This record gives sequence, C-alpha cells and structure tokens, in this order.
Amino acid sequence: MELNELLAIAKQERSQAKPVQIRCCTAAGCLSGNAEGVKHELEAGIKAEGLEKDVEVSGVGCMRLCCQGPLVQVDTPAGSKLYEKVTTQDAFAIIEALDGGKTHISEIDLSQPFFSYQKPIVLENSGKIDPEKIQAYIAAKGYQALYHVLREMTPGEVVESISHSGLRGRGGAGYPTGVKWATVAKAKSDRKFVICNADEGDPGAFMDRSVLESDPHRVLEGMAIAAYAVGANQGYIYVRAEYPVAIRRLQTAIHQAQRLGLLGSQIFESPFDFKIDIRIGAGAYVCGEETALMASIEGKRGLPHPRPPYPAESGLWGHPTLINNVETFANIAPIIRNGADWFASIGTEKSKGTKVFALAGKIRNTGLIEVPMGTSLRQIVEEMGGGVPDGGTAKAVQTGGPSGGCIPASAFDTPVDYESLTNLGSMMGSGGMIVMDDSTNMVDVARFFMEFCMDESCGKCIPCRVGTVQMHGLLTKLMQGKATQADLALLEELCDMVKNTSLCGLGQSAPNPVLSTLRYFRQEYVELIQEYLELIKD
Amino acid sequence: MTTASTVVLPHPSGDKRLKMLDATMKRHQYQQDALIEILHKAQELYGYLENDLLLYIAHKLKLPPSRVYGVATFYHLFSLAPQGVHSCVLCTGTACYVKGAQAILANVEKMAHIRAGETTTNGQLSLLTARCLGACGIAPAVVFDGTVLGNQTPESVCDRIQGWLENGTQ
Repeated sequence: MELNELLAIAKQERSQAKPVQIRCCTAAGCLSGNAEGVKHELEAGIKAEGLEKDVEVSGVGCMRLCCQGPLVQVDTPAGSKLYEKVTTQDAFAIIEALDGGKTHISEIDLSQPFFSYQKPIVLENSGKIDPEKIQAYIAAKGYQALYHVLREMTPGEVVESISHSGLRGRGGAGYPTGVKWATVAKAKSDRKFVICNADEGDPGAFMDRSVLESDPHRVLEGMAIAAYAVGANQGYIYVRAEYPVAIRRLQTAIHQAQRLGLLGSQIFESPFDFKIDIRIGAGAYVCGEETALMASIEGKRGLPHPRPPYPAESGLWGHPTLINNVETFANIAPIIRNGADWFASIGTEKSKGTKVFALAGKIRNTGLIEVPMGTSLRQIVEEMGGGVPDGGTAKAVQTGGPSGGCIPASAFDTPVDYESLTNLGSMMGSGGMIVMDDSTNMVDVARFFMEFCMDESCGKCIPCRVGTVQMHGLLTKLMQGKATQADLALLEELCDMVKNTSLCGLGQSAPNPVLSTLRYFRQEYVELIQEYLELIKD
Repeated sequence: MTTASTVVLPHPSGDKRLKMLDATMKRHQYQQDALIEILHKAQELYGYLENDLLLYIAHKLKLPPSRVYGVATFYHLFSLAPQGVHSCVLCTGTACYVKGAQAILANVEKMAHIRAGETTTNGQLSLLTARCLGACGIAPAVVFDGTVLGNQTPESVCDRIQGWLENGTQ
C-alpha cells in the first residue's frame, strides 16, 4: 500500500457518493429501538421507488441524542434533516419528503446547544461514516496519519509530538500520554505490547462503546501509531463481553485493515509490523485496572498486583507494555494530522483537547457529547442537556463512576477539567455524567455505589474486601434509620482507612462517593440519624 | 482415494459440541493464556460450565483444575449452573438506578418468586442483573433473550415475562 493507493481509495469512495444520503444510526441505543428494521424499510422503499441511482441508505455510528432514537439523518443538496423516534412505518414518509416536502415525523433542531456546543475530534466521523466500511474511513482522511508517521517521522518525533500536544489519559486518571509513551519507548526489551483498554466498566459510561461502534478504525490507527512510537509489534484490545456490537465491528475493522495491508507485516512498505488481537472480558469491573487487565489477558483471574513495577517496565508476560484507553487512542490520529499545536490550543491550560461525556440520568437530552475541556457543568447540564424534565431541579451531577463523586448544583459553574473535578472531590473518570434531581436521596446513591464496589472487589486485599462490606452495612443501617452518631464517625474512619490502604484503584477510590456526599450533602446523613434519635425517645 | 489423514473422524463422545470446543482449543494451539476465550466458547456451546467440562478443559490445556475453576468462578459472565429457557437481564447501572431500576427489580422478583441470579423452578426464566449495559441514554434498560429494550417500567417488564412464566407459552 502506497500513499497514492490510499488516496485513490478515498477519491473513488467520494466519487461514488450519491447526491442524497440517508443515514440511520445503528449504535446500540438506537438498535434497541429497532433501527435495523428502519434501515431495511428505507432500503426497500428506495428500491421500490427506483431511486437507487441518487439515494444511498447507510448505517452509521452514534448520532449523539440517544433518548430520541432511532435517529435518521437525511442530507440532500437542499440541506439536512434529522428525524427522531423513527419507526418502520415512517420510512415511506421520509422517502416521500426527499424532495423537500414536509412529514409528520418530528425533526430535531440541529442548531440547539446540544449540537452547537460540541466540538467533535474523537467523534468527528461518528454518525457520518459507515463503521463497517474501511473505504469510508479512508475517505475521511483515515490512515493518512499512520502513513505520515511511518514514512516521515522517527519514533522519537512521534512521542515528542504527543507530549507537546498535552494529551492526557482519557481513562480518567489524566496521566500525560506523552510521558507514558516515552517511558515504554525507553524500556529495553525485544518484545513490547500495546493494549487498548476498552473494559468500560463504570456504570453510566458509554463513550468508549460509542467510539468503537461508530469509528473502530480510528482506534486501530491510534494503536498502530503508538506501537510504532514505542517499538511494539503486538497489540491487544480488551473489550467487555457486554458490548457485542462493538466486538463485531472491531473484528470486521481489523480484518479489513489486514486485507489492505494497513495492519500486519510491513505496513506502508515500511519495516514496521503490527498485529492486533481482540481479547474479550468476562464481566469483572476490576479488570479495568491495568494490572488486573493484564492478568486477564494472560488468561488468569483478574487480580491486580502492586505497582511498581509499572506496566511500562514490566507488563504483559513481564514485557514493557503501553496501556491507554479507547478515547486516548482515538485522539492520536487527529493530533498527528492537524499538529500538536492545534490540539494544544483547545481546552484549558492543564487539560488539552476535548472530552467525550455520556450524559444520562434525570435530564431531558441524554446521549453523547464531546466538548472542549473547560466547558462548565452548567452549560452541559442546563443548556446542552436541557435541564431536568417535569419541572424538577438538578441537585447534583455524578462524574467518574463508582470512583468519582457527586458535584452539587452550587458548584455547576466549575469548568470541567482534571484538576477542577479533583478539587471538588470527584474526578474526571472515564466520562460518565449522571444528573440527579430532588427526588434522589444522596445517602442511597452512596450506598448504591458502595454495593457496586462491594460486589466487584476482587478480594485480594483486606481493606477493600472487608472495608466495602462494612461501609455498605453502615450505609444500609443509615437508610433504615437505625444509625447513630457513632456509626457515622465509624463510616468516616473506614473511608479514610480504605482509601489509604487498599492495593489498587478500585479500593482506593471506593470511598469517594461517600466522602463527596458527606462533604456536600451531610445534612441528609444527619437527618437520617435524627430520625433514629426521635425513634428512641418515643 | 482417501488416505487416513484426510478422513475426518467423528468425536469419540459423539457430541458435536465437544468437537467444536476441541476445534477452538486447537485454533488457540492449546495455549494456557487463551483460557478465557475457551471458557466463553464452552459456555456458548453448552449454556453453562459444568464441572466435567471444566476438568476436560483443564486436562486439554495442561492446567491444574483449581486454576480453571478459579477463573470460571472469578468472572460474572461464566455460569456454573444451567440457565432458564428465557433470560431477563435488568440493568442496574447508575442511570437506570436514578430512573427507577430498583422498582422494576423488586416487582419482577415478587412476580417470579425468584431473586436476581436465580432461575425459576420450571426452568423457564433466569433473572439476572447487569452492572451497566452502556445503554444509559434509554434508561432503564432491560434485555429480554438478548434483545435490549429501553425506557422500561415495572409493568412493561412484568407483561413481557408473564407469558414466559406460564410454562413457556410465547
């Protein structure tokens, strides 16, 4: 494969594009609303009307506004329309209206803040291209960054470029990606590995799944660039078994890339070989922790082990290993393509670029958003999300999953970046953002997350194994209104202990939801104790 | 004229599923680190992992049975008991929790007289919970026999499984 061949594929794909495009969202959310059936009906309808010459129906990735799915976008030379909640019966009406007529199906206003505030980098192709067609990705400038890297840059220059861009780990901890790459690149070993962590276990997070389902090639390209930069020849993608659609599309993508020689041996006629295999998880939250994930890839129980040694020195089978999250890899190709300075100009001083969030909970517009770092929570919740439905008021936003915390409405003006969220006692996390309203009891939320950590604790270290059970017991006691002041003191003491003595991130961050609700909603805890005091009095 | 090497012998057990499992192990070259992939395949073929099957896999991969059993029990998705004819998986992720998944779970448990993780006595329904399906945009989400449906209510879920409970009428 040479550059001119790549460009020829892109050119051919573009020249074949028909003037009218009907795009059906086929990401998991819309699929559950029978998006597949809608697509079939549209295809059959176009055939019956004899419009195949001018109209193309294709399945694309996530179109963001999941709550209104299945979504269908129609692009004609006259303009674009986005239809919501499309059923199979609506297909005929959509085809009827291709000449600019009106339909009874409600349309989504594409100029509303939910869409206009977004800045797509990771999701630039999401909802635009067919994820199961490598030609569509190539037509969208795909694999050009890989070519440029392999033919015109040294591994050192690639690492330098990523460092300069200021990209930080999108898995949640925010470790500078360039530093991580440099460490693995420096490590001396005849074998190195690159792992993509797609074990998106945080409840309430579905960004990685959407990226894999909507634009799998972007992740493969990012991994290949990373492998070249650090000197690895083998990559693994560790995906949750709960994401069958993503797994299927990744397999298709790997297969297509191998056929075109974009993965495999001597990519782009360079001496660089790179192979990617998929490893499927089996439902253990702790496997999102990097050392546990590696144990799982080796076919063992997913138990974490103490660091150091860090994976960058001794990882998979004892070899230096680079582990990054899906979204981190998805950012790589655009950084190479548009330059590190371009990326560094987006976002805040310490957090560069954009972040994809999964917006869910008690909010009008649920779905996927990608916003520049530093966008305030208020803008996200009130303007993009459209506030709480049924006239309720937002009470808190939960970010970072079970390791994160709840941010109260009084702090909604905070810009979203790694440091600000950490200062608020929460964390960026992988990007789940769940809005809670007045009807949500914060102590119960803390108990919900504690139950999660209790179930998911792998049992290797005592503070986490026993501590989470005890904390869950205390929170349950509180909810039953049987707790005393002493129980609350004990809970706080346990939080401190579990946080500081657990072996891995799961245990260390398990108390976070309790600590953050105690910090901002202590009143709710106190009220539950009051109830008990009054009960004894009677 | 076929030579002995090209004749495909039937599996000695006469069980086609075992032959498929063997093919999977062979494809992974009996590598011990492919254990999880092989367990996935075994569960797909048999529906659950019985002890004899785990012993067989351990023997083939030259692993101690304790290690295979340890892995099978560590991961939530591996089931060591037979599953019902139908499955109903309730998502209990954060978004579904905020939107009332607990009430759905309580109602279904009451109606089917089983707890989450159990199978009804007539073997018709397995009730399971998932940590998060990643379908938060359409919470609360429920999976009926592999089909995800969003925006569920206790009534809509109970309606769907009612037929299954009555001895498997569709």
